[in-house]
Amino acid sequence: MKELRIMTVCGFGLGTSLVLKMTVDDVLQKNNIRANTFCSDADTAVGQRYDLVITSREMEKLFANVTQPVVVVDNFLSAEEVQEKAIPVILDMLEK
Amino acid sequence: MLEQFLTAEMIQLKVEVEDWEGAVRAGGQLLLEGHKCTPGYIDAMVRTVNEMGPYMVLAPGLALAHARPEDGVHQVGLSLVTLKTPVNFGSAANDPVELVISFCAVDHERHVDVLKALAFFLREEDNQRLLREAETIEEVLGAFRIQA
Repeated sequence: MKELRIMTVCGFGLGTSLVLKMTVDDVLQKNNIRANTFCSDADTAVGQRYDLVITSREMEKLFANVTQPVVVVDNFLSAEEVQEKAIPVILDMLEK
Repeated sequence: MLEQFLTAEMIQLKVEVEDWEGAVRAGGQLLLEGHKCTPGYIDAMVRTVNEMGPYMVLAPGLALAHARPEDGVHQVGLSLVTLKTPVNFGSAANDPVELVISFCAVDHERHVDVLKALAFFLREEDNQRLLREAETIEEVLGAFRIQA
């Protein structure tokens, strides 16, 4: 199975996106999905190599012109929300 | 892990502030007094919210305020401020904010473990409630000890 590159994004790539990455890692593990997750900051995020972005409503606009899917999460601590919003997208990508 | 960083001196409960900036400055002030950062770092925390928006309000009622390592950090630090009256940061999803965790990082690595411990703690809604409702610092420290 291919391993997706999943990027979480916040202003500086070291606080908020790190908390989100932890939640995403947790949910991926529960779903037995292996992926390469990493954080990025707002300035360099768009130019990184990634298959999928997970970020906040405020950061979504950075990705208005990219072709990769962008998943917006409101509660970065909520495994339920990440499960509900990101896992269907990830499973869909893995099937293709 | 948490109790090593969020010591009694790094916690202030039921603080009265005018607005989100006051809340961020209260958290930054604890970091400053604990010799974790420079006064300029507090200004940078406020600037970050002004320039980048309220994305650091990462869960309902909870803000993670910080700036960059190059904004004047002496060592990794973490502080916790709870607010007597919640304030709005402008977050459509997660306002109003009642818990403000402030932190300063020296690089992209050395704060990872403590943020992990923090996220693990906060993921339990009961723990968030405990922080919001805590009247004494001892209650908060007790919860961290149970976690550890």
